[in-house]
Amino acid sequence: MNKVPKKTRAYDVEKIRLDFPVLDQQIRGKQLVYLDNAATSQKPKVVIDSIVDYYQKDNSNIHRGVHTLSERATLSYENARKKVQQFLNASSDKEIIFTRGATEAINLIANSFRESLKKGDEILISAMEHHANIVPWQIVCEKTGAVLKVAPINLEGELILDEFEALLSSRTKLVAISHMSNALGSINPIKTLIDLVHQRNIPILIDGAQSIPHIEVDVQALDCEFYVFSGHKLYAPTGIGALYGKMEALEKLSPYQSGGDMIRQVTFEKTEYNKIPYKFEAGTPNISGTIGLGAAIDYINTIGINAIAKHEEVLLDYAMQKVANIEQLRVIGTAKKKGAILSFVLDGIHPHDIGTILDSQGVAVRAGHHCAMPVMDFFKVPATARASFAMYNTHQEVDAFVESIEKLIEMFG
Amino acid sequence: MDDLRDLYQEVIFDHNKNPRNFRKMEDADRQIDGFNPLCGDRLTLYIKLDGDKIVDASFQGQGCAISTASASLMTDIVKGMTEAEAEDLFDKFHKMATGEKVETEELGKLAVLAGVCEYPARVKCATLPWHTLDALLKGSEEPVTTE
Repeated sequence: MNKVPKKTRAYDVEKIRLDFPVLDQQIRGKQLVYLDNAATSQKPKVVIDSIVDYYQKDNSNIHRGVHTLSERATLSYENARKKVQQFLNASSDKEIIFTRGATEAINLIANSFRESLKKGDEILISAMEHHANIVPWQIVCEKTGAVLKVAPINLEGELILDEFEALLSSRTKLVAISHMSNALGSINPIKTLIDLVHQRNIPILIDGAQSIPHIEVDVQALDCEFYVFSGHKLYAPTGIGALYGKMEALEKLSPYQSGGDMIRQVTFEKTEYNKIPYKFEAGTPNISGTIGLGAAIDYINTIGINAIAKHEEVLLDYAMQKVANIEQLRVIGTAKKKGAILSFVLDGIHPHDIGTILDSQGVAVRAGHHCAMPVMDFFKVPATARASFAMYNTHQEVDAFVESIEKLIEMFG
Repeated sequence: MDDLRDLYQEVIFDHNKNPRNFRKMEDADRQIDGFNPLCGDRLTLYIKLDGDKIVDASFQGQGCAISTASASLMTDIVKGMTEAEAEDLFDKFHKMATGEKVETEELGKLAVLAGVCEYPARVKCATLPWHTLDALLKGSEEPVTTE
């Protein structure tokens, strides 16, 4: 569980690649170059094995039954909670609630927070949010008469701090903002934002879906009320994620979904809820996914999140330098602080054509609006192509990516 | 790249670069918007009718090479057709794009888009203009979406 890798160990990307079975394949006759990591990352064999092992050896329901399999499954599930706690440096594992992903975690907060909202209250988000951190708040506002406020960004794709601050008022009941933009790569100065928000006694939710595989997160140092992320962008399976909530903030929330496991005592007259975190985990959860998430965190810890971050930063710099030589290419999102995302458009070539033609070269990138249509509108583009890097990507892959863009430009003439 | 040439034929590049009938039709009898929410492609389709005969067709919008070429080819080919003939061609084109067997001679120039059936994610790019035309001919005024 030690987050700090041995200082003497060099970053060996070729060795890391061997841990990811999916990378070793040909796509349309070319070596796969997987650069769609911001959509979902690949899974190391230890994660895949942990799921297989669970189903082959320990499969059982948790928190019920006194038989051995159930005890093993419960222990593995709760161990994963401790791993997430340590990964985020939360003060207690009770502050970790498992969800299907960041989207469900935001929906949980939005639903549970709704009761405390009234007409005229405000929720503040930013102009770079993913739809998952827009739509739940729009629905809450519709139902309560609260107003959704949007802090603007500049042409580099950075949050405009002054305007963000100016939008905070006594009416603001919650701020929900991404740590890192999925469409632009911009990294928000969240510690500064959290401090600004706290000066006005407003709670804040950080959407960590993009940042979690790239940036070391310490929720105690950040002091945010909520931090959410999806496992599948962190080399874990799909369908599992987590909500970190500060205990006193969680205590104010009503349950999200109801059913088994989230109760202490039920009669037809009255139900007493279980304690946190179980109060927010109704029904049989994604046990194998949770165990897979724990395994992914263990795996990351063997390499070190900061070593991964450094590797990706070097790759991004290299890629940015190389694409700067391509005249027809415009990078969308040029924030000074930026994670491993390179979103771009090419003059006269639609992102979907880029996506298909790069795929024919084995290069997998995302093409589309990235579930961030307001960001596309802001930059006046219908869509972008996006290359995003992970711990296993190499300089040669960046070269292959850039070469495939050059071929594409040649093809389109 | 060779496989890709099945999808991106020279004709498609040509129609993408110089789309035919790419203009707003001020005196259109009918017009309708088509939208692919998955990729953000959108077009406005215009037609002019004489009885049940399509005497003019044009479009405007933004999309990928496949959807632009498809709209360009479509607006060219339906000119002079009756509404029923255009509907029949839509049916054939849709079959071709989704990989069903269809006589390519009947599709004429549209056959250059046959390769799209090998790229499931791109089928809707090719069929968006046609779905939009279909809705227009059926008298709809609601924007068309591919989802």
